[in-house]
Amino acid sequence: MTVLERLSQYVVWAIAGFTVVFLMTPLIVTVAVSFGSSTVFTLPPPDWSLRWYERLANMRGLLPALVVSLQIAAVSTAIAMVLGTLCAIALVRGRFPGRETISTFLVSPLMLPGLVIGIAMLQGFKAMGLRDVYGSLLVAHVVITLPYVVRTVVGALSLFDFSLIDAARTLGCSYPAALTRVLVPALAPAFLTSGMFAFLASMDNYPISIFFTDAWTKTLPIQMLQYVEERPDPTIAAISACLVLLAIVALVIGDRLVGLRKLADF
Amino acid sequence: MTTKGAASPWRDPVALLAVPAVLYLLVVYAFPLLWLFMKSLTGPTGLTVQPYVSFLSDPFNWRIVGNTLRVAGWVTLVCFLIGYPAAFALARAGALLQIVMLVSIILPLSIGAVVKAFAWQIVLRRDGVVAQLLVGVGIWDEPQRLLFTETGLVLGAANIFLPFMILPIYSVVKLINPRLSEAGATLGATPLYRFTHVTLPLTLPGVVSGVAFVFSMSVSMFVIPSLLIGDRFQTLSTLMGRSFLLMRNEQLGSTTAVILLVLAVSIVVGSTWLARRLGGSAT
Repeated sequence: MTVLERLSQYVVWAIAGFTVVFLMTPLIVTVAVSFGSSTVFTLPPPDWSLRWYERLANMRGLLPALVVSLQIAAVSTAIAMVLGTLCAIALVRGRFPGRETISTFLVSPLMLPGLVIGIAMLQGFKAMGLRDVYGSLLVAHVVITLPYVVRTVVGALSLFDFSLIDAARTLGCSYPAALTRVLVPALAPAFLTSGMFAFLASMDNYPISIFFTDAWTKTLPIQMLQYVEERPDPTIAAISACLVLLAIVALVIGDRLVGLRKLADF
Repeated sequence: MTTKGAASPWRDPVALLAVPAVLYLLVVYAFPLLWLFMKSLTGPTGLTVQPYVSFLSDPFNWRIVGNTLRVAGWVTLVCFLIGYPAAFALARAGALLQIVMLVSIILPLSIGAVVKAFAWQIVLRRDGVVAQLLVGVGIWDEPQRLLFTETGLVLGAANIFLPFMILPIYSVVKLINPRLSEAGATLGATPLYRFTHVTLPLTLPGVVSGVAFVFSMSVSMFVIPSLLIGDRFQTLSTLMGRSFLLMRNEQLGSTTAVILLVLAVSIVVGSTWLARRLGGSAT
Protein backbone atom coordinates (compact mmCIF):
# COMPACT_ATOMS: atom_id res chain seq x y z
CA MET A 1 0.00 0.00 0.00
CA THR A 2 2.85 2.38 0.79
CA VAL A 3 4.40 1.69 -2.62
CA LEU A 4 1.04 2.44 -4.19
CA GLU A 5 0.69 5.62 -2.14
CA ARG A 6 4.14 6.82 -3.11
CA LEU A 7 3.38 5.99 -6.73
CA SER A 8 0.17 8.01 -6.65
CA GLN A 9 2.12 10.86 -5.07
CA TYR A 10 4.48 10.86 -8.07
CA VAL A 11 1.55 10.76 -10.47
CA VAL A 12 0.05 13.81 -8.77
CA TRP A 13 3.39 15.65 -9.05
CA ALA A 14 3.76 14.71 -12.71
CA ILE A 15 0.27 15.85 -13.66
CA ALA A 16 0.58 19.02 -11.62
CA GLY A 17 3.97 19.83 -13.15
CA PHE A 18 2.71 19.26 -16.69
CA THR A 19 -0.36 21.45 -16.09
CA VAL A 20 1.66 24.29 -14.61
CA VAL A 21 4.21 24.22 -17.45
CA PHE A 22 1.48 24.00 -20.10
CA LEU A 23 -0.52 26.90 -18.61
CA MET A 24 2.46 29.13 -18.00
CA THR A 25 4.24 28.54 -21.33
CA PRO A 26 2.56 31.34 -23.32
CA LEU A 27 3.13 33.88 -20.55
CA ILE A 28 6.78 32.93 -19.97
CA VAL A 29 7.50 32.88 -23.71
CA THR A 30 5.98 36.33 -24.14
CA VAL A 31 7.97 37.82 -21.29
CA ALA A 32 11.19 36.13 -22.51
CA VAL A 33 10.72 37.43 -26.05
CA SER A 34 10.02 40.94 -24.77
CA PHE A 35 13.44 41.03 -23.04
CA GLY A 36 15.28 39.51 -26.02
CA SER A 37 17.27 41.40 -28.62
CA SER A 38 16.02 39.29 -31.54
CA THR A 39 13.52 40.83 -33.96
CA VAL A 40 12.12 37.45 -35.01
CA PHE A 41 11.09 35.95 -31.67
CA THR A 42 14.13 33.64 -31.43
CA LEU A 43 14.11 31.56 -28.27
CA PRO A 44 16.18 31.46 -26.20
CA PRO A 45 17.06 35.04 -27.17
CA PRO A 46 20.64 35.57 -28.44
CA ASP A 47 21.02 38.47 -26.06
CA TRP A 48 18.97 40.32 -23.47
CA SER A 49 17.89 43.87 -24.14
CA LEU A 50 15.33 46.49 -23.25
CA ARG A 51 15.00 47.87 -26.77
CA TRP A 52 11.37 46.78 -27.19
CA TYR A 53 10.43 48.60 -24.00
CA GLU A 54 12.23 51.72 -25.21
CA ARG A 55 10.26 51.55 -28.42
CA LEU A 56 6.96 51.54 -26.53
CA ALA A 57 7.28 55.29 -26.00
CA ASN A 58 7.40 55.98 -29.74
CA MET A 59 4.68 53.52 -30.67
CA ARG A 60 2.07 55.46 -32.62
CA GLY A 61 -1.39 55.23 -31.07
CA LEU A 62 -0.32 53.25 -28.03
CA LEU A 63 -0.61 55.97 -25.41
CA PRO A 64 -4.04 57.23 -26.56
CA ALA A 65 -5.34 53.64 -26.60
CA LEU A 66 -4.00 53.05 -23.10
CA VAL A 67 -5.66 56.25 -21.86
CA VAL A 68 -9.01 55.30 -23.44
CA SER A 69 -8.82 51.80 -21.93
CA LEU A 70 -7.94 53.07 -18.45
CA GLN A 71 -10.68 55.70 -18.50
CA ILE A 72 -13.35 53.32 -19.78
CA ALA A 73 -12.31 50.58 -17.33
CA ALA A 74 -12.24 52.95 -14.35
CA VAL A 75 -15.56 54.69 -15.04
CA SER A 76 -17.44 51.55 -16.08
CA THR A 77 -16.17 49.70 -12.99
CA ALA A 78 -17.26 52.57 -10.75
CA ILE A 79 -20.75 52.62 -12.28
CA ALA A 80 -20.99 48.82 -12.10
CA MET A 81 -20.00 48.84 -8.43
CA VAL A 82 -22.80 51.26 -7.52
CA LEU A 83 -25.46 49.47 -9.62
CA GLY A 84 -24.17 46.01 -8.72
CA THR A 85 -23.91 46.56 -4.97
CA LEU A 86 -27.42 48.03 -4.73
CA CYS A 87 -28.76 45.10 -6.72
CA ALA A 88 -26.80 42.56 -4.66
CA ILE A 89 -28.34 43.99 -1.45
CA ALA A 90 -31.80 43.61 -2.99
CA LEU A 91 -31.06 40.04 -4.06
CA VAL A 92 -29.73 38.94 -0.67
CA ARG A 93 -31.96 40.93 1.70
CA GLY A 94 -35.14 41.21 -0.36
CA ARG A 95 -38.03 38.79 -0.15
CA PHE A 96 -39.61 39.08 -3.55
CA PRO A 97 -40.25 36.57 -6.32
CA GLY A 98 -37.92 36.24 -9.30
CA ARG A 99 -34.64 36.83 -7.43
CA GLU A 100 -33.13 33.72 -9.02
CA THR A 101 -34.11 34.95 -12.49
CA ILE A 102 -32.71 38.42 -11.85
CA SER A 103 -29.35 37.12 -10.69
CA THR A 104 -29.08 34.76 -13.70
CA PHE A 105 -29.98 37.69 -15.96
CA LEU A 106 -27.31 39.93 -14.42
CA VAL A 107 -24.56 37.31 -14.73
CA SER A 108 -25.65 36.14 -18.21
CA PRO A 109 -23.38 38.54 -20.18
CA LEU A 110 -20.49 36.36 -18.99
CA MET A 111 -22.05 33.25 -20.49
CA LEU A 112 -23.13 34.48 -23.91
CA PRO A 113 -20.73 34.88 -26.85
CA GLY A 114 -19.12 38.31 -26.49
CA LEU A 115 -19.11 38.93 -30.22
CA VAL A 116 -22.88 38.38 -30.43
CA ILE A 117 -23.45 40.84 -27.59
CA GLY A 118 -21.17 43.30 -29.37
CA ILE A 119 -23.05 43.00 -32.66
CA ALA A 120 -26.40 43.28 -30.91
CA MET A 121 -25.24 46.42 -29.09
CA LEU A 122 -23.85 47.93 -32.28
CA GLN A 123 -27.25 47.67 -33.93
CA GLY A 124 -29.31 48.30 -30.82
CA PHE A 125 -27.43 51.50 -29.92
CA LYS A 126 -27.81 52.71 -33.49
CA ALA A 127 -31.55 52.08 -33.27
CA MET A 128 -31.69 54.04 -30.01
CA GLY A 129 -29.77 56.93 -31.53
CA LEU A 130 -26.54 56.54 -29.55
CA ARG A 131 -23.84 57.26 -32.10
CA ASP A 132 -20.98 58.59 -29.98
CA VAL A 133 -18.22 55.95 -29.96
CA TYR A 134 -16.79 56.85 -26.56
CA GLY A 135 -20.25 56.92 -24.97
CA SER A 136 -21.16 53.59 -26.55
CA LEU A 137 -17.94 52.02 -25.28
CA LEU A 138 -18.65 53.22 -21.76
CA VAL A 139 -22.28 52.06 -21.77
CA ALA A 140 -21.25 48.67 -23.20
CA HIS A 141 -18.42 48.14 -20.72
CA VAL A 142 -20.74 48.53 -17.73
CA VAL A 143 -22.48 45.38 -19.03
CA ILE A 144 -19.09 43.61 -18.98
CA THR A 145 -18.12 44.74 -15.48
CA LEU A 146 -21.53 44.41 -13.77
CA PRO A 147 -21.60 40.55 -13.62
CA TYR A 148 -18.27 40.43 -11.76
CA VAL A 149 -19.49 42.87 -9.12
CA VAL A 150 -22.91 41.27 -8.67
CA ARG A 151 -21.48 37.74 -8.43
CA THR A 152 -18.85 38.57 -5.82
CA VAL A 153 -20.88 40.97 -3.70
CA VAL A 154 -23.88 38.59 -3.60
CA GLY A 155 -21.48 35.87 -2.45
CA ALA A 156 -19.99 38.05 0.27
CA LEU A 157 -23.36 39.39 1.46
CA SER A 158 -24.87 35.91 1.76
CA LEU A 159 -22.05 34.97 4.14
CA PHE A 160 -22.45 38.14 6.19
CA ASP A 161 -24.28 37.74 9.48
CA PHE A 162 -26.74 40.63 9.53
CA SER A 163 -27.47 40.17 13.24
CA LEU A 164 -24.03 41.80 13.77
CA ILE A 165 -25.64 45.07 12.71
CA ASP A 166 -28.39 44.63 15.28
CA ALA A 167 -25.70 43.85 17.83
CA ALA A 168 -23.84 47.06 16.96
CA ARG A 169 -27.07 49.03 17.33
CA THR A 170 -27.80 47.44 20.69
CA LEU A 171 -24.32 48.54 21.74
CA GLY A 172 -25.21 52.13 20.90
CA CYS A 173 -24.31 52.63 17.24
CA SER A 174 -26.67 54.58 15.06
CA TYR A 175 -27.91 52.69 11.97
CA PRO A 176 -25.58 54.48 9.49
CA ALA A 177 -22.66 54.10 11.90
CA ALA A 178 -23.41 50.39 12.26
CA LEU A 179 -23.38 50.05 8.49
CA THR A 180 -20.07 51.88 8.00
CA ARG A 181 -18.32 50.32 11.00
CA VAL A 182 -19.55 46.73 10.66
CA LEU A 183 -20.92 46.01 7.21
CA VAL A 184 -18.44 48.03 5.13
CA PRO A 185 -15.24 46.57 6.66
CA ALA A 186 -16.66 43.07 6.36
CA LEU A 187 -17.49 43.53 2.69
CA ALA A 188 -14.48 45.63 1.69
CA PRO A 189 -12.22 42.73 0.59
CA ALA A 190 -14.85 41.19 -1.69
CA PHE A 191 -15.79 44.63 -2.91
CA LEU A 192 -12.22 45.59 -3.87
CA THR A 193 -11.47 42.21 -5.42
CA SER A 194 -14.58 42.27 -7.58
CA GLY A 195 -13.77 45.81 -8.66
CA MET A 196 -10.23 44.83 -9.56
CA PHE A 197 -11.26 41.87 -11.70
CA ALA A 198 -14.08 43.85 -13.30
CA PHE A 199 -11.50 46.50 -14.18
CA LEU A 200 -9.20 43.88 -15.75
CA ALA A 201 -12.11 42.34 -17.68
CA SER A 202 -12.88 45.73 -19.16
CA MET A 203 -9.21 46.43 -19.93
CA ASP A 204 -8.89 43.07 -21.72
CA ASN A 205 -12.18 43.03 -23.57
CA TYR A 206 -12.07 42.86 -27.35
CA PRO A 207 -15.25 41.17 -28.71
CA ILE A 208 -17.47 44.07 -27.65
CA SER A 209 -14.94 46.89 -27.98
CA ILE A 210 -14.14 45.89 -31.57
CA PHE A 211 -17.51 47.25 -32.71
CA PHE A 212 -17.06 50.62 -31.02
CA THR A 213 -13.89 52.08 -32.46
CA ASP A 214 -13.03 54.90 -34.79
CA ALA A 215 -9.84 56.66 -35.80
CA TRP A 216 -9.61 58.51 -32.46
CA THR A 217 -11.11 56.04 -30.02
CA LYS A 218 -9.48 52.63 -29.71
CA THR A 219 -9.06 50.51 -26.62
CA LEU A 220 -5.74 48.86 -25.91
CA PRO A 221 -6.66 45.29 -27.04
CA ILE A 222 -8.05 46.64 -30.32
CA GLN A 223 -4.91 48.69 -30.92
CA MET A 224 -2.80 45.62 -30.11
CA LEU A 225 -4.81 43.50 -32.50
CA GLN A 226 -4.08 46.07 -35.18
CA TYR A 227 -0.33 45.97 -34.42
CA VAL A 228 -0.36 42.15 -34.56
CA GLU A 229 -2.09 42.17 -37.93
CA GLU A 230 0.05 44.93 -39.42
CA ARG A 231 3.56 44.21 -38.20
CA PRO A 232 4.06 41.66 -35.43
CA ASP A 233 7.30 42.34 -33.57
CA PRO A 234 8.45 41.94 -29.96
CA THR A 235 7.11 45.41 -29.07
CA ILE A 236 3.73 43.71 -28.74
CA ALA A 237 5.37 41.20 -26.42
CA ALA A 238 6.57 44.15 -24.33
CA ILE A 239 3.01 45.51 -24.06
CA SER A 240 1.81 41.99 -23.21
CA ALA A 241 4.47 41.65 -20.52
CA CYS A 242 3.22 44.88 -18.92
CA LEU A 243 -0.34 43.48 -18.91
CA VAL A 244 0.95 40.23 -17.38
CA LEU A 245 2.60 42.29 -14.65
CA LEU A 246 -0.71 44.10 -14.05
CA ALA A 247 -2.47 40.73 -13.69
CA ILE A 248 0.21 39.53 -11.25
CA VAL A 249 -0.28 42.65 -9.12
CA ALA A 250 -4.04 42.08 -9.14
CA LEU A 251 -3.54 38.45 -8.14
CA VAL A 252 -1.23 39.35 -5.24
CA ILE A 253 -3.67 41.98 -3.96
CA GLY A 254 -6.59 39.57 -4.43
CA ASP A 255 -4.70 36.91 -2.49
CA ARG A 256 -4.04 39.33 0.38
CA LEU A 257 -7.67 40.47 0.45
CA VAL A 258 -9.68 37.28 0.08
CA GLY A 259 -7.18 34.45 -0.42
CA LEU A 260 -6.14 32.44 -3.45
CA ARG A 261 -8.59 29.59 -2.84
CA LYS A 262 -11.52 31.99 -2.71
CA LEU A 263 -10.45 33.44 -6.06
CA ALA A 264 -10.64 29.96 -7.56
CA ASP A 265 -14.25 29.45 -6.42
CA PHE A 266 -16.47 28.71 -9.32
CA MET B 1 -49.30 48.55 6.62
CA THR B 2 -46.53 46.16 7.61
CA THR B 3 -48.77 43.11 7.36
CA LYS B 4 -49.95 44.28 3.96
CA GLY B 5 -46.30 44.73 2.88
CA ALA B 6 -45.46 41.23 4.01
CA ALA B 7 -48.53 39.76 2.38
CA SER B 8 -47.66 41.19 -1.02
CA PRO B 9 -44.11 40.23 -1.93
CA TRP B 10 -44.06 42.93 -4.63
CA ARG B 11 -44.22 45.62 -1.95
CA ASP B 12 -40.87 44.74 -0.44
CA PRO B 13 -39.05 48.09 -0.59
CA VAL B 14 -35.61 46.42 -0.70
CA ALA B 15 -36.56 45.14 -4.15
CA LEU B 16 -36.37 48.72 -5.43
CA LEU B 17 -32.57 48.60 -5.04
CA ALA B 18 -32.42 46.06 -7.87
CA VAL B 19 -34.34 48.33 -10.23
CA PRO B 20 -31.46 50.49 -11.57
CA ALA B 21 -29.22 47.54 -12.53
CA VAL B 22 -32.06 45.52 -14.04
CA LEU B 23 -33.40 48.51 -15.95
CA TYR B 24 -29.92 49.31 -17.23
CA LEU B 25 -29.36 45.80 -18.54
CA LEU B 26 -32.85 45.64 -20.05
CA VAL B 27 -32.17 48.78 -22.10
CA VAL B 28 -28.55 48.35 -23.18
CA TYR B 29 -28.28 44.53 -23.24
CA ALA B 30 -31.62 42.72 -23.50
CA PHE B 31 -33.15 45.19 -25.95
CA PRO B 32 -30.21 45.00 -28.40
CA LEU B 33 -30.30 41.18 -28.32
CA LEU B 34 -34.04 41.23 -29.00
CA TRP B 35 -33.54 43.85 -31.71
CA LEU B 36 -30.88 41.65 -33.35
CA PHE B 37 -33.29 38.72 -33.30
CA MET B 38 -36.12 40.80 -34.79
CA LYS B 39 -33.84 42.23 -37.46
CA SER B 40 -32.70 38.80 -38.56
CA LEU B 41 -36.36 37.93 -39.13
CA THR B 42 -37.26 41.10 -41.00
CA GLY B 43 -36.90 41.25 -44.77
CA PRO B 44 -37.71 44.10 -47.16
CA THR B 45 -41.36 42.98 -47.21
CA GLY B 46 -41.92 42.25 -43.53
CA LEU B 47 -41.57 39.12 -41.45
CA THR B 48 -39.51 36.39 -43.09
CA VAL B 49 -37.42 33.33 -42.31
CA GLN B 50 -35.78 33.58 -45.73
CA PRO B 51 -32.28 34.47 -44.36
CA TYR B 52 -32.24 31.29 -42.28
CA VAL B 53 -33.52 29.16 -45.15
CA SER B 54 -30.88 30.47 -47.54
CA PHE B 55 -28.17 30.23 -44.87
CA LEU B 56 -28.98 26.63 -44.06
CA SER B 57 -29.44 25.56 -47.68
CA ASP B 58 -25.93 26.66 -48.63
CA PRO B 59 -23.52 23.71 -48.32
CA PHE B 60 -20.63 26.16 -47.80
CA ASN B 61 -22.27 27.34 -44.58
CA TRP B 62 -22.67 23.77 -43.42
CA ARG B 63 -18.95 23.36 -43.81
CA ILE B 64 -18.49 26.41 -41.60
CA VAL B 65 -20.84 24.93 -39.00
CA GLY B 66 -18.86 21.68 -39.30
CA ASN B 67 -15.55 23.53 -38.80
CA THR B 68 -16.94 25.30 -35.74
CA LEU B 69 -18.26 22.18 -34.05
CA ARG B 70 -15.25 20.01 -34.95
CA VAL B 71 -12.70 22.48 -33.56
CA ALA B 72 -14.83 23.08 -30.47
CA GLY B 73 -15.13 19.32 -29.97
CA TRP B 74 -11.38 18.78 -30.18
CA VAL B 75 -10.64 21.71 -27.88
CA THR B 76 -13.12 20.38 -25.33
CA LEU B 77 -11.65 16.88 -25.54
CA VAL B 78 -8.07 18.10 -25.05
CA CYS B 79 -9.17 20.31 -22.14
CA PHE B 80 -10.97 17.39 -20.54
CA LEU B 81 -8.06 14.98 -20.94
CA ILE B 82 -5.68 17.45 -19.28
CA GLY B 83 -8.16 19.13 -16.96
CA TYR B 84 -9.73 16.08 -15.32
CA PRO B 85 -6.50 14.64 -13.88
CA ALA B 86 -5.28 18.19 -13.20
CA ALA B 87 -8.33 18.87 -11.03
CA PHE B 88 -7.54 15.77 -8.96
CA ALA B 89 -3.88 16.73 -8.73
CA LEU B 90 -4.93 20.19 -7.55
CA ALA B 91 -7.18 18.71 -4.85
CA ARG B 92 -4.60 16.16 -3.66
CA ALA B 93 -1.45 18.31 -3.95
CA GLY B 94 0.49 19.53 -0.94
CA ALA B 95 0.11 23.13 0.19
CA LEU B 96 3.00 24.61 -1.81
CA LEU B 97 2.25 22.74 -5.04
CA GLN B 98 -1.40 23.68 -4.68
CA ILE B 99 -0.49 27.37 -4.52
CA VAL B 100 1.72 27.09 -7.60
CA MET B 101 -1.09 25.34 -9.48
CA LEU B 102 -3.72 27.85 -8.39
CA VAL B 103 -1.53 30.75 -9.52
CA SER B 104 -0.93 29.17 -12.92
CA ILE B 105 -4.68 28.58 -13.30
CA ILE B 106 -5.96 31.96 -12.08
CA LEU B 107 -3.26 34.24 -13.50
CA PRO B 108 -4.05 33.52 -17.19
CA LEU B 109 -7.73 34.26 -16.43
CA SER B 110 -7.00 37.94 -15.87
CA ILE B 111 -4.98 38.30 -19.07
CA GLY B 112 -6.78 39.11 -22.30
CA ALA B 113 -7.29 36.70 -25.20
CA VAL B 114 -5.38 39.02 -27.56
CA VAL B 115 -2.24 38.73 -25.42
CA LYS B 116 -2.53 34.95 -25.11
CA ALA B 117 -3.33 34.36 -28.79
CA PHE B 118 -0.31 36.49 -29.71
CA ALA B 119 1.81 34.42 -27.34
CA TRP B 120 0.67 31.25 -29.09
CA GLN B 121 1.67 32.74 -32.42
CA ILE B 122 5.22 32.75 -31.06
CA VAL B 123 4.96 29.32 -29.43
CA LEU B 124 3.66 27.59 -32.58
CA ARG B 125 6.25 28.97 -35.02
CA ARG B 126 8.59 26.66 -36.92
CA ASP B 127 11.36 27.66 -34.49
CA GLY B 128 8.89 27.86 -31.59
CA VAL B 129 8.90 26.02 -28.28
CA VAL B 130 6.51 23.23 -29.31
CA ALA B 131 8.43 22.39 -32.51
CA GLN B 132 11.73 22.40 -30.60
CA LEU B 133 10.24 20.10 -27.97
CA LEU B 134 8.81 17.62 -30.49
CA VAL B 135 12.11 17.45 -32.36
CA GLY B 136 14.04 17.15 -29.10
CA VAL B 137 11.89 14.24 -27.92
CA GLY B 138 12.26 12.60 -31.32
CA ILE B 139 8.63 12.69 -32.47
CA TRP B 140 9.52 14.99 -35.37
CA ASP B 141 12.58 14.60 -37.56
CA GLU B 142 12.71 18.29 -38.39
CA PRO B 143 10.85 21.33 -37.06
CA GLN B 144 7.48 22.07 -38.64
CA ARG B 145 5.22 25.05 -38.44
CA LEU B 146 2.11 24.51 -36.31
CA LEU B 147 0.90 28.07 -36.71
CA PHE B 148 -1.97 28.38 -39.22
CA THR B 149 -2.84 24.68 -38.86
CA GLU B 150 -5.92 23.23 -37.20
CA THR B 151 -3.75 21.32 -34.70
CA GLY B 152 -2.11 24.59 -33.68
CA LEU B 153 -5.50 26.24 -33.24
CA VAL B 154 -6.79 23.38 -31.07
CA LEU B 155 -3.63 23.41 -28.94
CA GLY B 156 -3.71 27.18 -28.41
CA ALA B 157 -7.43 27.34 -27.69
CA ALA B 158 -7.26 24.36 -25.33
CA ASN B 159 -4.49 26.10 -23.40
CA ILE B 160 -6.48 29.33 -23.14
CA PHE B 161 -9.71 27.62 -22.01
CA LEU B 162 -8.15 24.98 -19.73
CA PRO B 163 -8.80 26.90 -16.46
CA PHE B 164 -12.53 26.81 -17.24
CA MET B 165 -12.35 23.01 -17.30
CA ILE B 166 -10.16 22.57 -14.20
CA LEU B 167 -11.99 24.94 -11.83
CA PRO B 168 -15.55 23.48 -12.07
CA ILE B 169 -14.20 19.92 -11.77
CA TYR B 170 -11.95 20.94 -8.86
CA SER B 171 -14.94 22.50 -7.10
CA VAL B 172 -16.62 19.05 -6.92
CA VAL B 173 -13.45 16.98 -6.45
CA LYS B 174 -12.47 18.90 -3.32
CA LEU B 175 -15.82 17.98 -1.74
CA ILE B 176 -15.41 14.23 -2.32
CA ASN B 177 -14.54 12.36 0.82
CA PRO B 178 -11.49 10.15 0.06
CA ARG B 179 -12.87 7.70 2.61
CA LEU B 180 -15.59 6.75 0.11
CA SER B 181 -13.04 5.22 -2.22
CA GLU B 182 -11.26 3.60 0.74
CA ALA B 183 -14.57 2.10 1.82
CA GLY B 184 -14.91 0.65 -1.66
CA ALA B 185 -11.42 -0.81 -1.36
CA THR B 186 -12.22 -2.40 2.01
CA LEU B 187 -15.25 -4.01 0.43
CA GLY B 188 -12.99 -5.54 -2.21
CA ALA B 189 -13.62 -3.26 -5.20
CA THR B 190 -10.83 -2.97 -7.76
CA PRO B 191 -9.35 0.52 -8.40
CA LEU B 192 -11.06 0.66 -11.81
CA TYR B 193 -14.43 -0.33 -10.34
CA ARG B 194 -13.99 2.24 -7.56
CA PHE B 195 -13.29 4.92 -10.13
CA THR B 196 -16.21 4.15 -12.43
CA HIS B 197 -18.74 3.49 -9.66
CA VAL B 198 -17.74 5.94 -6.92
CA THR B 199 -15.47 8.76 -8.08
CA LEU B 200 -16.65 9.37 -11.63
CA PRO B 201 -20.38 9.72 -10.83
CA LEU B 202 -19.55 12.16 -8.03
CA THR B 203 -17.49 14.38 -10.35
CA LEU B 204 -19.97 14.34 -13.25
CA PRO B 205 -21.72 17.63 -12.35
CA GLY B 206 -18.35 19.41 -12.45
CA VAL B 207 -17.43 17.69 -15.70
CA VAL B 208 -20.71 18.74 -17.29
CA SER B 209 -20.27 22.39 -16.40
CA GLY B 210 -16.59 22.38 -17.40
CA VAL B 211 -17.40 20.80 -20.76
CA ALA B 212 -20.24 23.27 -21.31
CA PHE B 213 -18.02 26.27 -20.47
CA VAL B 214 -15.18 25.18 -22.74
CA PHE B 215 -17.42 24.04 -25.58
CA SER B 216 -19.50 27.21 -25.71
CA MET B 217 -16.39 29.42 -25.48
CA SER B 218 -14.71 27.42 -28.25
CA VAL B 219 -17.77 27.72 -30.46
CA SER B 220 -17.79 31.48 -30.11
CA MET B 221 -14.06 32.29 -30.04
CA PHE B 222 -13.05 34.91 -32.58
CA VAL B 223 -9.63 36.42 -32.00
CA ILE B 224 -7.96 33.06 -31.30
CA PRO B 225 -8.80 31.52 -34.72
CA SER B 226 -8.11 34.74 -36.58
CA LEU B 227 -4.59 34.95 -35.10
CA LEU B 228 -3.76 31.23 -35.00
CA ILE B 229 -5.18 29.92 -38.26
CA GLY B 230 -6.04 32.96 -40.36
CA ASP B 231 -8.93 33.93 -42.60
CA ARG B 232 -8.89 30.85 -44.82
CA PHE B 233 -10.42 28.81 -42.01
CA GLN B 234 -13.90 30.04 -41.19
CA THR B 235 -16.02 29.35 -38.17
CA LEU B 236 -19.46 30.73 -37.33
CA SER B 237 -18.03 33.55 -35.27
CA THR B 238 -15.29 34.56 -37.70
CA LEU B 239 -17.95 34.57 -40.45
CA MET B 240 -20.15 36.73 -38.24
CA GLY B 241 -17.31 39.11 -37.34
CA ARG B 242 -16.17 39.42 -40.94
CA SER B 243 -19.66 40.04 -42.29
CA PHE B 244 -19.96 43.03 -39.95
CA LEU B 245 -16.41 44.35 -39.86
CA LEU B 246 -15.30 43.74 -43.46
CA MET B 247 -18.15 42.79 -45.75
CA ARG B 248 -20.72 45.13 -44.21
CA ASN B 249 -23.33 42.42 -44.77
CA GLU B 250 -25.57 43.02 -41.75
CA GLN B 251 -28.23 40.51 -42.80
CA LEU B 252 -25.76 37.61 -42.98
CA GLY B 253 -24.08 38.80 -39.78
CA SER B 254 -27.35 38.99 -37.85
CA THR B 255 -28.46 35.56 -39.05
CA THR B 256 -25.15 33.99 -38.06
CA ALA B 257 -25.20 35.83 -34.73
CA VAL B 258 -28.66 34.48 -33.87
CA ILE B 259 -27.65 30.93 -34.83
CA LEU B 260 -24.57 31.22 -32.61
CA LEU B 261 -26.62 32.72 -29.79
CA VAL B 262 -29.18 29.90 -29.94
CA LEU B 263 -26.33 27.38 -29.92
CA ALA B 264 -24.66 29.02 -26.89
CA VAL B 265 -27.89 29.44 -24.92
CA SER B 266 -28.93 25.83 -25.51
CA ILE B 267 -25.52 24.62 -24.31
CA VAL B 268 -25.78 26.72 -21.12
CA VAL B 269 -29.41 25.80 -20.40
CA GLY B 270 -28.93 22.14 -21.29
CA SER B 271 -25.82 21.74 -19.18
CA THR B 272 -27.36 23.54 -16.20
CA TRP B 273 -30.31 21.17 -16.35
CA LEU B 274 -28.05 18.14 -16.73
CA ALA B 275 -25.71 19.21 -13.92
CA ARG B 276 -28.68 19.76 -11.59
CA ARG B 277 -30.10 16.32 -12.43
CA LEU B 278 -26.74 14.62 -11.92
CA GLY B 279 -26.14 16.56 -8.71
CA GLY B 280 -29.55 15.44 -7.45
CA SER B 281 -28.94 11.79 -8.21
CA ALA B 282 -25.44 11.76 -6.71
CA THR B 283 -26.60 12.73 -3.22
